[in-house]
Amino acid sequence: MADPTEPVLEARDLAVTFPARRRQPAARAVDGVNLALGRGEVLALIGESGCGKSTLARAMVGLIEPNRGEVRYAGKPLRRTRSGLREFRRHVQLVLQDPYGALNPRQNIHDAVAEGLRLHGQRAGLTRRVGEALEQVGMRPPEHFFDRYPHQLSGGQQQRVVIAGALTLGPEVLVADEPVSSLDASVRGEILKLFLSLRDELGLAALVVSHDLGLAWNIADRVAVMYLGRIVEVGTVEEVLLRPQHPYTRALLDAVPSTSDLDAKTVLRGEPPDPTAIPAGCRFHPRCPLRATLPEDRAQLCLNDVPVLAPALDERQVACVHADAAPPAAVPHDRAEVTT
Amino acid sequence: MSATQERPPDTTPVEEKAPSRLVPIWRFTLTVLRMPSGLFGVLVMLGFVLMALTAPLYIHPSDLSVTQATGPLLAPPQQGYPLGTDPAGRSVLLLVIWGSRTSLAIGVMATLLTMVLGSSIGLVAGHYQGRTGRLLMHVTDWFIALPGLPLAIALAAVLGQGAASITIAIGVTSWTGTARLVRAQTLAVEARPFIERSRALGATDTQLITRQVLPNVMPLILVSSTLTVASAILAEATLTFLGLGDPTSVSWGSLLNNAFMQGAVTAGAWWYLIPPGIAILVIVLGFTLVGRAVEHALNARVQPR
Amino acid sequence: MTAPASQIPPAAERRTDQPVEPLLDVRDLTVTYHSGKVPVYAARGVDFALAPGETLGMAGESGSGKTTVAMSLLRLLPAETTVTGEIRFRDEDLLAANWGRMRSVRWAEASVVFQGAMSALNPVRTIGEQIVEPILLHEKVGEKAARARARDLLDSVGVPSRRIASYPHELSGGQRQRVMMAMALACDPHLLIADEPTTALDVIVQAQILSLLTDLVRERGISLIMISHDLSVLASTCDRIAVMYAGRLVETGPSRQVIASPLHPYARALAGAFPTLGDPGSRLAPGGLPGDPPDLREEIDGCPFAPRCPEVEDRCRSGVIPLVRRGDRAAACVHVTGYDEAVGDG
Repeated sequence: MADPTEPVLEARDLAVTFPARRRQPAARAVDGVNLALGRGEVLALIGESGCGKSTLARAMVGLIEPNRGEVRYAGKPLRRTRSGLREFRRHVQLVLQDPYGALNPRQNIHDAVAEGLRLHGQRAGLTRRVGEALEQVGMRPPEHFFDRYPHQLSGGQQQRVVIAGALTLGPEVLVADEPVSSLDASVRGEILKLFLSLRDELGLAALVVSHDLGLAWNIADRVAVMYLGRIVEVGTVEEVLLRPQHPYTRALLDAVPSTSDLDAKTVLRGEPPDPTAIPAGCRFHPRCPLRATLPEDRAQLCLNDVPVLAPALDERQVACVHADAAPPAAVPHDRAEVTT
Repeated sequence: MSATQERPPDTTPVEEKAPSRLVPIWRFTLTVLRMPSGLFGVLVMLGFVLMALTAPLYIHPSDLSVTQATGPLLAPPQQGYPLGTDPAGRSVLLLVIWGSRTSLAIGVMATLLTMVLGSSIGLVAGHYQGRTGRLLMHVTDWFIALPGLPLAIALAAVLGQGAASITIAIGVTSWTGTARLVRAQTLAVEARPFIERSRALGATDTQLITRQVLPNVMPLILVSSTLTVASAILAEATLTFLGLGDPTSVSWGSLLNNAFMQGAVTAGAWWYLIPPGIAILVIVLGFTLVGRAVEHALNARVQPR
Repeated sequence: MTAPASQIPPAAERRTDQPVEPLLDVRDLTVTYHSGKVPVYAARGVDFALAPGETLGMAGESGSGKTTVAMSLLRLLPAETTVTGEIRFRDEDLLAANWGRMRSVRWAEASVVFQGAMSALNPVRTIGEQIVEPILLHEKVGEKAARARARDLLDSVGVPSRRIASYPHELSGGQRQRVMMAMALACDPHLLIADEPTTALDVIVQAQILSLLTDLVRERGISLIMISHDLSVLASTCDRIAVMYAGRLVETGPSRQVIASPLHPYARALAGAFPTLGDPGSRLAPGGLPGDPPDLREEIDGCPFAPRCPEVEDRCRSGVIPLVRRGDRAAACVHVTGYDEAVGDG
């Protein structure tokens, strides 16, 4: 599905720093990230809150101006001029976490979906195009919803409306920030199915930001794991989730609740990381369970800088100097094992 | 609690192609009118406006002329003069009715000025939160610190007596409250995700303000403006009473001013003092009630969850 | 509103493998809200029992009634609410108890860990004061002893006891949730009700809190009712799972079995919603369920899940579909083996 040779959206050495606030030092939310999204590919960006994944997503749709590095669309760097951004936004669209909040409560569904077309002055066949977009996201018949207001729809329908609004401009990439985390369990799968069908029918690529590894397993081709402003591991879903190499990826996988005893796994201790105080060397070394088991001389290596991963589409990469020394990952517990 | 979550009943007709914008406005008006205070306020408001607009149909300029008036001088209520007469022999009833024209006109004009000035400054200060916003809020704070009445007196002195200077004086001293209110609401609206969505869809700053922020701030401006009309009418009465108005035109403020100057109090001519006072009271109450009712109806509608 | 209660043996008899008297026995619990214009039927005849030390997970989506049922146990519901049925807690009918008795049951015998730790903690009082408060209120101990207990409690939930004088905003989200747990444990309750205790937390912090919760209830022999929409969270913490839909219990059973081989189609959909990593069946195939959650303002005839059910039959759409027992599992579905015999007998 993914074309490994041609990235459609790319971040190169991207850095976003939020200026210091009262009594708080500056936060390096995104700190040198290379990431490439192939045409028609679904890439899951996984990490804890505070790791900078949402900031990275916003920088990649052009909502946040990076302090360093660039965003490239179809091989060309994004120009941050008014016309450059307007053009870019026809191709790269955003889907937010909370669909109810993402819809203006005073706009009916027709106007909410038509918003993008109106903003870009494309008024020809407006209602027809709104109807088509609603049908694409499975809201049939579309006329039935035109007059409704966001609060009259269910959470799943609201998220469909947000996606329909993004589709009207005919984008090639959707960047979705936790698109299902505020939805009910049964609705979650329906929205994820929608992402897959949009990819199949329209060739839409998607960068899906989430803390949910199951989401990656459900819809993604590749996964990038982010920790404290950097990508620490990237590769195909099978590689990263079934044979993780970075100790942080392993810790994330161990934290996924399952029917097996929690005691059998090591739950990573400590609080989520703080982007205002990034440790030197490998950012994960103060919490790293692997480092704790290493001899002194090898543990010392963690204090050196870890190379930044390249924006490759077809390469498995791990930002850990001990990646090959890591013990084999525990085989995930699948259903068959439980039933026997 | 999850289980109490409710969705309003489905009242939308299925076969309707182009969504109408009038339905919500009509529903909203009905909500306001169903409240007793809202109904009363709207009736008062409409009554006064109708009275002011139709006054020229039944009041002849000669009725209001000091020299051509035919009634008895400073007489209590009697046949033909339900509210008595003034020292020039004019009917107090007709004066009060005619006075509503000036009072309402100045009230509405001053409110428009206040709203346009206050809302635009509030919107811009709320949207551009950087240096522009801070500068605008400093200016606003500076205007808030200015004492209102002396400023109005000084302005009237500079611009000359008359309706225009009173309108400007009221506008200049009362826009700050609206600006602060609108800025606070703008900040709240800007923090909501649909602003980010609209930005990602490609909205420019102007489009964001006019298409997303303004519709969400508008109800507040509406409520605030009904209350401002009330206070502008009061301010007009105050300033005219202090002698800053046009001495030749009739308004509630000038009526009170005349009554006071011509010794209505010492003469015990209550019919000369009380009617303009009651008119001011009733219309201020009317506008305030409408404002409250609108506010109430909006609160009920905006929070569906 | 008829309840399926008549069809099933009372909870105490049902669990013959466990001779212990249940700590909590809920029968035909029906909760109706009257706060809006139309009544909302949030719980429609729910039966379940909980043995001392047992952990039960209540699963379901928003509107399933899981929170309503849990909160009704301590009568923590809005004033305009009708609650009928029977809630026997340590051989006492809580629905018949007076308010003074209810107050002493709350905290001292059964306590709640609420969802949002930030809003459930008082921002202007130190966490120490807030933990000490229920102890002083419910037990005859001095200020000093209560403070010492608060320190022990903080240590036991993994918050350093020197933070006793901290305010809630000085703690992280995970620490606040730990403080909530310390407060809930302050008076050594027999029952702990945890309402989505990890919803707002990150994966790793969630794992920390879940493992702490598991350890605490196990060590102290406390019974636990945990509410979540995430079956895997419940499965990792609880012995048994009860799945609710539209105010009815649709399936109960041991966690592993409910997750691995759900009997009710809704439980199946819920179990499929969160995939198992490595399971080829869910790779690039998210499990979902078309349709919307039920409208709780409507009376329901037949199986509440029928409108969304992929396996629906004509007979699902009318009458009452009772919970049918199969070993230590039970499900309210016509497709359960032995359904016809069980209903016929009843």
